[in-house]
Amino acid sequence: MSEDAVLVASSLSVHLGKRLVLNDISLALPSRRLVALVGPNGAGKTTLLRALAGLLPSEGRIEIRGDALSSLSLRERARRFAYLPQGHQVHWPLPTRDVVALGRYPHGAYDPGRLTGHDADAVARAMRMADVLNLSDRRVTELSGGERSRVALARVLAVEAPVLLANEPTASLDPRYQIEVLVKLRATADNGTLVVVVTHDLGLAARFADIVLVMSEGRLVSQGPPAGALSEAVMAEVFRIRTYRADHEREIVLVPWAEV
Amino acid sequence: MVIAPVAGRQRAIVTLALCAGVAALTLVSLGIGPVALSPATILHVLLGGGGDVQRIIVLEIRLPRAILAIAIGGILGLSGAALQGLVRNPLASPSLFGAPQAAAFGAVLLIALGWADIHSFALPVAAILAAFTSVFVLLVIAGRDTSLLILILAGLAISALAGAATSLTMNLSSNPFAALEIAFWLLGSLEDRSFRHVALALPFIAAGAVALMSQRHAFRTLSLGEEAALSLGVNVGRLRLWTILGVALGIGGAVAVAGAIGFIGLVAPHLMRPLIGYDPSRLLVPSALTGAVLLLAADIAVRVIPSTSDIKVGVLTALIGVPFFLYLIVRERRALGGGVA
Repeated sequence: MSEDAVLVASSLSVHLGKRLVLNDISLALPSRRLVALVGPNGAGKTTLLRALAGLLPSEGRIEIRGDALSSLSLRERARRFAYLPQGHQVHWPLPTRDVVALGRYPHGAYDPGRLTGHDADAVARAMRMADVLNLSDRRVTELSGGERSRVALARVLAVEAPVLLANEPTASLDPRYQIEVLVKLRATADNGTLVVVVTHDLGLAARFADIVLVMSEGRLVSQGPPAGALSEAVMAEVFRIRTYRADHEREIVLVPWAEV
Repeated sequence: MVIAPVAGRQRAIVTLALCAGVAALTLVSLGIGPVALSPATILHVLLGGGGDVQRIIVLEIRLPRAILAIAIGGILGLSGAALQGLVRNPLASPSLFGAPQAAAFGAVLLIALGWADIHSFALPVAAILAAFTSVFVLLVIAGRDTSLLILILAGLAISALAGAATSLTMNLSSNPFAALEIAFWLLGSLEDRSFRHVALALPFIAAGAVALMSQRHAFRTLSLGEEAALSLGVNVGRLRLWTILGVALGIGGAVAVAGAIGFIGLVAPHLMRPLIGYDPSRLLVPSALTGAVLLLAADIAVRVIPSTSDIKVGVLTALIGVPFFLYLIVRERRALGGGVA
């Protein structure tokens, strides 16, 4: 899969203070994939996501579409990685459309009140995709948790970057919204984007991801299609749990069941 | 509560109205004083007419005062809006962060040491350096996750420290008249300012305004938090530095000629939010204009209010600003009680 890999990391390490948070991680991810990044708390998932986007200094080499990340300007990085932080916080009650339009900032659209036709189209596409067109004039702070997560999704979709990195996009959402968000991310991947999602929900990871990356103590310990990457042995060793496994509608069903 | 977002047209109307307000209050400011002049006379003088006495009164006595009120009010409003955008908090303002107090200390120290006469720019430069240090230290203490509680506590500590240092300097000053003069100057006033003061303050205020406006669009991205802003290609570290620099240049320049005039930076953005919306980038210019209107009005008020001795304009802005601050605290009580920013 390295032939058409859009995102390649080799020997990636990150120190936070004296602590080694990411330890020699190498991976190659092609486009049109939904990748789930899982692991216990403190395994380094968020750090890996940030390092991949170039949001924190790291050792090693990251290539995006063949270009070394370190050779790219901040602006150019922002065009290639759409990054969705945890929590979907917006500090001011801005109208939804202006928040989504911030996704065009890396493309030079600094003022949401004066978008070019091209940028306005991208914003409209993203809002349609995330199903927030009807919220256009509402203030984001007045929206429900589910609506806000869709707005946050629309904002990263508006970047129209080849790689979308999302940190726990389904946290604190009810089951319906969790599925909704993952269906939209799945569709985004099918449209040609590499989507990497950090999640604690192993069931959703197994159900929706093409590739699962399992992290433990700063290392990548298992990767591949869900059934293999999330094997019973990995579950026991990394997560210290047993799982219930089944098949349903030709997808793997995985339910955390008991401690080991 | 569903409030429709503010349309661009309304923002333009509000901005134009504020410009008209600045112009009208400038005319009033130029007309008011021991010799009352009509707006027609003032316009005549401004256009090059009028008698010698009228020309001296308007151009040499009152015009510098009005220009300083506009420039200082403007930079205070702009600084307040920029700081609120930077820390994503409506309670941020230069005076709550101790910037004017620190600037005053820098200036007072220079006066007490007798270095103020070495060069005319020594005073504003000392004030600017002190203001820069105070805001820088504050943001370092507060760290990346700028919680409201830490910011306000750190600001309180820095104001108190700067105030104590100023008092100590006056305490140790050998000349009691100099100490008294400093004490009055600290209260903040635009009285008896000449074009020399304008020339002293204006370059720094203008530079501060340019520094803040150069970052205007980046404040909007900070609405999503620092990590998201960074991921959108905004150099957040540089944004912080330019903001601190802009506030320090502006506040330092203002304090050097007019003393500490507080709370305009806190109040101006709040007055604009219902009319302009919450977008921190769009608030900058209207907040600056509101600051100019407020300080012009306050400076007119201190001349109109009958009293045996002069009321200092800084005292008036604090008298109006502090209750407003209390009102904001009451309004934001729930968020404050939760300890979240």
